[in-house]
Amino acid sequence: MTSPAAHAETGVSEPSTNGNITPLRQVTVRFAGDSGDGMQLAGNRFADTSAAFGNDLFTLPSFPAEIRAPAGTLPGVSSFQIQIADWDISTSGDRPDCMVAMNPAALRTNIADLRQGGTLIVNSEAFDERGLAKAGYEDSPLMDGSLNQYDLIEIPMNTITKEAVADKVSGRSVLRSRNFVALGFLAWLFQRPLEPILAWTENKFAKAPMVVAANVAALRAGYNFGITTETSRSIFQVKPASLPPGAYTSITGNTALAWGLIAASYCAKLPLYYGSYPITPASDILHELARHKRLGVRTFQAEDEIAAVGAAIGAAFGGNLAVTGSSGPGIALKSEAISLAFTAELPLVVVNVQRAGPSTGMPTKPEQTDLLFSLFGRHGESPLPVLACATPSDVVETTIEAARIALKYMTPVILLSDNHIANGSEPWRIPDTADLPDISVPFASAPNGAGGRFLPYLRDFNTFSRPWAIPGTKGLEHRIGGLEKENISGDISYNPDNHQLMTDSRAWKVANIANDIPALEVHGELDANLLVLGWGSSKGTMGAACRNLNREGYKVAYAHLRYLNPLPANLGDVLQSYKKVLIPELNTGQLRYVIRANFLKDAFGLNKVTGTPFYIGEIRDRILEVLES
Amino acid sequence: MSNLTYTRSDFQSDQEVRWCPGCGDYTILATVQGFMTQMGVPRENIVVVSGIGCAARFPYYMNTYGFHTIHGRAPTIATGLATSRPDLSVWVVTGDGDALSIGGNHLIHALRRNVNIKILLFNNQIYGLTKGQYSPTSEVGKRTKSTPFGSIDFPFNPVSLAIGSEASFVARTLDMDRNHTQYVLGEAVNHTGSAFVEIYQNCNVFNDKAFIALTGRAERTVNRINLEEGKPVVFGGSGESCVVMEDGEARIKPTSSVSPDRILVHDPRRENPSVAFSISRLAHTPHGPTPLGIFRNISRPTYGREMQQQIVDAQNRGPADLDALFSSAGTWEVT
Repeated sequence: MTSPAAHAETGVSEPSTNGNITPLRQVTVRFAGDSGDGMQLAGNRFADTSAAFGNDLFTLPSFPAEIRAPAGTLPGVSSFQIQIADWDISTSGDRPDCMVAMNPAALRTNIADLRQGGTLIVNSEAFDERGLAKAGYEDSPLMDGSLNQYDLIEIPMNTITKEAVADKVSGRSVLRSRNFVALGFLAWLFQRPLEPILAWTENKFAKAPMVVAANVAALRAGYNFGITTETSRSIFQVKPASLPPGAYTSITGNTALAWGLIAASYCAKLPLYYGSYPITPASDILHELARHKRLGVRTFQAEDEIAAVGAAIGAAFGGNLAVTGSSGPGIALKSEAISLAFTAELPLVVVNVQRAGPSTGMPTKPEQTDLLFSLFGRHGESPLPVLACATPSDVVETTIEAARIALKYMTPVILLSDNHIANGSEPWRIPDTADLPDISVPFASAPNGAGGRFLPYLRDFNTFSRPWAIPGTKGLEHRIGGLEKENISGDISYNPDNHQLMTDSRAWKVANIANDIPALEVHGELDANLLVLGWGSSKGTMGAACRNLNREGYKVAYAHLRYLNPLPANLGDVLQSYKKVLIPELNTGQLRYVIRANFLKDAFGLNKVTGTPFYIGEIRDRILEVLES
Repeated sequence: MSNLTYTRSDFQSDQEVRWCPGCGDYTILATVQGFMTQMGVPRENIVVVSGIGCAARFPYYMNTYGFHTIHGRAPTIATGLATSRPDLSVWVVTGDGDALSIGGNHLIHALRRNVNIKILLFNNQIYGLTKGQYSPTSEVGKRTKSTPFGSIDFPFNPVSLAIGSEASFVARTLDMDRNHTQYVLGEAVNHTGSAFVEIYQNCNVFNDKAFIALTGRAERTVNRINLEEGKPVVFGGSGESCVVMEDGEARIKPTSSVSPDRILVHDPRRENPSVAFSISRLAHTPHGPTPLGIFRNISRPTYGREMQQQIVDAQNRGPADLDALFSSAGTWEVT
């Protein structure tokens, strides 16, 4: 076993002490507290100030499905993890190097993840008899020595908060600013600038000046607690990263998906219509799109999932860039309508932000379990293009690509995201809008048949796509529908040969898209024996594990699929050129099934469905296991 | 638009009409085609959307834009079309199973939102295309293939349902009465917003003479309650019956037994739907005196127009572009 590389892509790097400052290349921090403790806010502010400071970063929130689980209990714990680095990272880190636990329940549910020797910051005043009992502790872990392996920092956050905000807010509001004390302390510990946090606070609570004052006071109190009380402690320094030059913004996958759709509508020169029904974790796409009426976006919150896709199909018939979005259970309800759009041959983007299933499952947890459902979850022969986003910063481009395929080939396209991408965030380099692709397609404007007849199913010679004639176009009045259509004319047809022809034509149209997408790129050691193949949100973790092993001298190649159907044209050749293939997925082996079925190529799996993303270490261990097998 | 001169054949597609001979749908098709020649809307701006069922074949026979969709979902597709394309005249043709059973949820929400679509519900009180099962408007006790011992389902009264769903326009007519149908369609088109039109339609194969009380030469005279705006509701050959509001409900009385000022004067423009609802309760199924005409016709903002207005208002507040969007959450420069 080789020793860990100095530049390994996890939080586990050994700091070298340099007086009172410990330089780190990357560090992983987790904020954990009760879901009412404002941990998401604290984490996001820590992310903002780190981004402004110039670090690369990747965040992953984790929260219960309940809006407010009983305070102080184990199910009520909410957390936010962030990795910051001075180089281009691709994950939110494995085990945190530093953890904030606002109460005993947060400690109990998270402590197992903190790395040995890691920094543990607790609100010592939350570890009273009542708090300990709610978390199921008989004795206080702060007293019994069980935390000796960590660098424990006890902060009386209640007292500090009360003193800081005393003249600003009163009653139950007093302790609400506790998260700012924790945030302030971390800002000191990691030498983060306070200005971005102050600016955000003033803007966010502009209508409540006393809340601004209280939060600012608490933030400074936390920061000053570090300066005055922990003077002997070494503080951490993560220098700015050297990222490609440009303007950056911090973006979550859901925001990116909404922006990607707006960008796609711009690239397609078509108005955007989004039909949706609220569902975790896709609702934020609806929320974000609903804000942008100024950009001409129409959002329709339908009475149910079926109506949401139905409205989108109606909008597609009318000449819009039509989109419906949901998560697995909602997509199941839409299935019949998606098949209609498929056979009517209308452009439609279907967004599925996957969550742990089946049924209600674990709505706030990530999983990649809808791949086979996306490929096969429809009645009749109805193959659809399927694309998957990989990281928050990849979402805009993948979304535009999904729209391009839908419009060019007159077909629904399934665009997969998942809870990890949706709620995670990372810096995204803002593209020059002039560089965005033109994905517009012309509407039919004149009859294409003899005698001035319009033939809605006369296919394009190259794409096999049919013409898009929208209502309001004189002379092109025509009828489409779910009944089988006669080739070319679109008239109802029960002719056996015609059904065969139309089924084949629709399938061929979709399969042919393989010639219109990039070849699969293989990274790492190309002459390796092992190819690690992934899709979706495991990209970052998988790539990091492989790059680490490459640095240690292991021969491992890796590739990531954005296109799940059709698969890249060179995938078969790529697979055959490796002796072993390993496919890590947050499911029980769905891509592996597809690879075996399509290429008769066996593959090893790394599969889990625990509601958590992969750790780099898990993939690393499995790679080493497969290499030795 | 006034220079549009259409004949009925302009609205006939080249497809062979394949309903059973004698089906009421033929009459409705001819009536609608005839009506559209006079509607004043260019043919290319008309879209007929349907779901599944016998009635749902309607779009194939109309030489307009058309979309034959899936069971029960026509209102959703029409909603997407009408709200994204307010310039179009969007029609939904549906049946009692399509609209009231599998698609019940979509019907009520389209009506509630007041989407600018015209919904024609062909009610034949039976499932035709699936060959003769009872429908959500079949009367209790009906013996069909799926209810050999008689139906135990209590039926919907479609007009009551529509009024209860906050519909802004609710009417009922009969396939056999072309003039009345044309009149109702005209009012439906003049109404801005969703218009719900129940059309009693005879299925001569599976449920023949279901509406004989309203179509039979002798019966119709005593049973047809014609609702006319601003007129007292009297019916029967010589107006011998009338409708009065009594104890909070509409009741049928011998005209001779009430003073003329107690007879209900029909007002479909009344904001409060209670009286219209009461009138719809005069007949739960059309087997006796049954009201026909326009029950309710009120003005309310349409969903599509409001959606458009929010966009216009937002755009009037200032320009927006993609660059501004991408920078809206704060940016930093890496050099």
